[in-house]
Amino acid sequence: MTAPLEVQGSALEAQPEAVAIAEGHRIEGRSLGQIAWMRLKRDKVALGGGVIVVCLVIVAVLAPVITALDGQSPYAFHTALLSRDTLVPFGHFGGISGTHLLGVEPTSGRDIFARIVYGARVSLIVALGSTLLAVVIGVFFGGIAGFFGGIADTFIARTMDLLLSIPQLLFAIALLVIIQAAPGSFIGLSGSTLHIVVLIFVIGGFSGPYIGRIIRGQVLSLREKEFVEAARSMGARSPHILLRQLLPNLWAPILVYSTLLIPTNILSEAALSYLGVGVQPPTASWGQMLSDATSIYQVDPAYMLVPGLAIFITVMAFNLFGDGLRDALDPRTIR
Amino acid sequence: MIRHLSKMKLLAVAAALPLAVTACGGGSSPNTPPPKLTGYNAATTGIVNASNKPGGTLNLISSGDCDSWDPARTYYAFCWDMQRLFERTLMAYAAAPGAAGTQVVPDLASAPGTANADATVWTYHLRSGIKFQTGAVITSQDIKYAIERIFATTVISGGPTYVICLLTTCNASGASPYLGPYGAGHPSLSSIVTPDANTIVFHLVKPYSDWNYIMALPGSAPVPAALDTGAKYALKPVASGPYEFVSYSPGKSASWIRNPYWVRSTDPIRKALPDAISLLIDSNPADVDSHLLAGTADVDIGGTGVQSAAQAKIVTTPALKANADDPTDNFVRYFTIDPTVPPLNNKACRLAIMYALNKSDLQLARGGDYAGKITGSMLAPNIAGFDSTFDPYPNGAGNTGDLAMAKQELTACGHPHGFSTHMAYINEGKSVKVFNAAQQALARVGITLLPGAGQASSYYSTWVGTPASIVQHNLGMTQYGWGADFPTGVGWWYSIVDGQAIAVSGGNSNIPSLNDPIVNNDINALEKTTDPATRASLDHQIDVEVMNQADFAPFLDEADLTYRNPRVTDIYIQGSFGIYDFVSLGVVS
Repeated sequence: MTAPLEVQGSALEAQPEAVAIAEGHRIEGRSLGQIAWMRLKRDKVALGGGVIVVCLVIVAVLAPVITALDGQSPYAFHTALLSRDTLVPFGHFGGISGTHLLGVEPTSGRDIFARIVYGARVSLIVALGSTLLAVVIGVFFGGIAGFFGGIADTFIARTMDLLLSIPQLLFAIALLVIIQAAPGSFIGLSGSTLHIVVLIFVIGGFSGPYIGRIIRGQVLSLREKEFVEAARSMGARSPHILLRQLLPNLWAPILVYSTLLIPTNILSEAALSYLGVGVQPPTASWGQMLSDATSIYQVDPAYMLVPGLAIFITVMAFNLFGDGLRDALDPRTIR
Repeated sequence: MIRHLSKMKLLAVAAALPLAVTACGGGSSPNTPPPKLTGYNAATTGIVNASNKPGGTLNLISSGDCDSWDPARTYYAFCWDMQRLFERTLMAYAAAPGAAGTQVVPDLASAPGTANADATVWTYHLRSGIKFQTGAVITSQDIKYAIERIFATTVISGGPTYVICLLTTCNASGASPYLGPYGAGHPSLSSIVTPDANTIVFHLVKPYSDWNYIMALPGSAPVPAALDTGAKYALKPVASGPYEFVSYSPGKSASWIRNPYWVRSTDPIRKALPDAISLLIDSNPADVDSHLLAGTADVDIGGTGVQSAAQAKIVTTPALKANADDPTDNFVRYFTIDPTVPPLNNKACRLAIMYALNKSDLQLARGGDYAGKITGSMLAPNIAGFDSTFDPYPNGAGNTGDLAMAKQELTACGHPHGFSTHMAYINEGKSVKVFNAAQQALARVGITLLPGAGQASSYYSTWVGTPASIVQHNLGMTQYGWGADFPTGVGWWYSIVDGQAIAVSGGNSNIPSLNDPIVNNDINALEKTTDPATRASLDHQIDVEVMNQADFAPFLDEADLTYRNPRVTDIYIQGSFGIYDFVSLGVVS
């Protein structure tokens, strides 16, 4: 039993938030979560990123409501707004007007604002879904590899190395081309739903090892700690140790690295859609809009700027928030 | 013939254009320079920058290599045009603008082939003084050998194979008993007779009135047997034309210089003005357009037109537009609606689709007003018997669709709230845009169109190229384009609607497997008759019958916006290819 902590002098400066000093109350320690939250609140840039992320999620969830309010559908053609000679919209900035807030697409005349909003849906569903899958795969296999060691570790670690060295994009393209040629439905899913599920599995499967290696490293160091030995000496079996002792201590790296994985997966989905193997028409996707825009950007630059900016802002927001989260949870400055 | 990498079968050029042929330079006094014809679309009607001055180097550019430079193995329109530079054939298309360019005239032959009474025996006499680039005299035996090697399809693959089942009796699966000259003892084809070095006689197994057109295909270019390297011949074919190969790097570049043994007085077709020709193969089409507009390349040989960015620049800049042409390439763009895929076995369901399509949006998807003219006929504008007013299923006001009729047909076929099916298309470029437009148009009446995307490399050979694949993948509709291999009724209709043309194992062009006895009989009649009036009437009759089946939904008679460098002289659109006639071009040096 140690004596109550006397925090003063330089130690207090080093970890000011480690201790809650309220007037006339006892000094008490803060948990990791509380410390991290305080640090995060002070990081304005990360908070900004977080706010943007929350806004994006709201926009994606409420996409049908937003487009209904706006009065535009992401699928309807408005070809009267296009020049039949050059195929680009009349007016400036790609046809921005009161009815079409971000203009219309060349060749089809579809409303860009509505398509961006629906595209946010696709990007976020695929990115969040694939990250979740990556976390599940990574934690499961990384945990087993790190904890049990031996043959399991060798096998799992080498598999993860193998997956990391396969060129992800090329393999994904090949796989998705095969899926496209397959008959209409598979395990009861079809159409865009099937494509989104396949994208989630492909992207998530390839990013699993990224999380897996990190978790494996964490578990390797954690299993040597005293509390694990203590639990084992009290008769705890391996599943219990994994689930009840190790996993609760892993939430910080899981949170940080999954938040940092999301923008990578957003870019992967955009890249696959750009190459034509992402979601299928008429589903809107930022990557596919960008792909269409590259052939016509000299005469309609707005059509490239809008989805490009959307991807940029989303990725930037997640990155900033993830960085802030990592700084806040950094174990080097927290006991 | 294939138009370009991802398109099929060749086209012959706009014969329906009014041919105000101006400034051909003929008939004026020798001291008067030919009047300078210039301006937008001038090359479709006459010769632009006529000068007849020899010299200089012509710099050609392309965004893709030819499928093969072997005259027997190429099936791209622009490659057939390029072959005129270095190969001569028995017959060839006239070097004249407008409709005159769709006529076949004697090239190596001294006169058009003469046929017997029922068009089964064709005789040609060769000119004198014709030589290969080696100096050897070209004989009828060289032409016989060239046609014999087409039969060796395992070595000489690709390219049109009409001669095979016309010179020999093919079995039920289209295989010939004669397998080419490469076997032991160099077997010879007995149905080609060469009584002397200057005469060649073809004995066909059935009447075929279009044999002169078959002899205008590149495959009748003579090949010296001693210099035939089989599959490698494509790397350096022996020239019979005004130019010969200097170098060829597959996928990168090619160049030609004058063939010293080509005798101008024996060749009424080829002007051969430049001293040298170079071809740069630049895989990026947008880059090709930049070269053209900057003046560092003379002509894009591909003939499929500029990309959308260059199009926008050209049509909005009068100085650039004066150097552009929008020739019809005599392709028809259409959808097939397949009765082997339910519920499209019911004709009313097929008609519902045809009425619900929005042809105006489809035209926009293909490139707008410069991409061609909306059509309701399955016959190309350059084929005799074409009727521009024939539109059995009118597409409503402004060609945006007739939704009332579509809904009526839906009720008649038992699906008043619509149904769903897949459309096959190539997963890049304009094809995706056409799919989007069709999907949106059909959704207006409740028909759900699902994507059946295929890859460019296998789309025509297997994805839509076998009837089994269509059924297996539920491809109720396919995107297709067709241009005739030669500009006659048979050249247009046979491969796409004749029951005998259904190729079960791959590369099928009769997508809906149409096997209508009326259509088959009419095509047989076409093969037998040489009378122009009968041919025109039969062509139109087949159009009526085919459209009556409602298996085809044509929407566009295609055109391509092309650009010519102002330094090029004597330039005009060759009627049968829809592309500039390369062998007539000169340059200002």
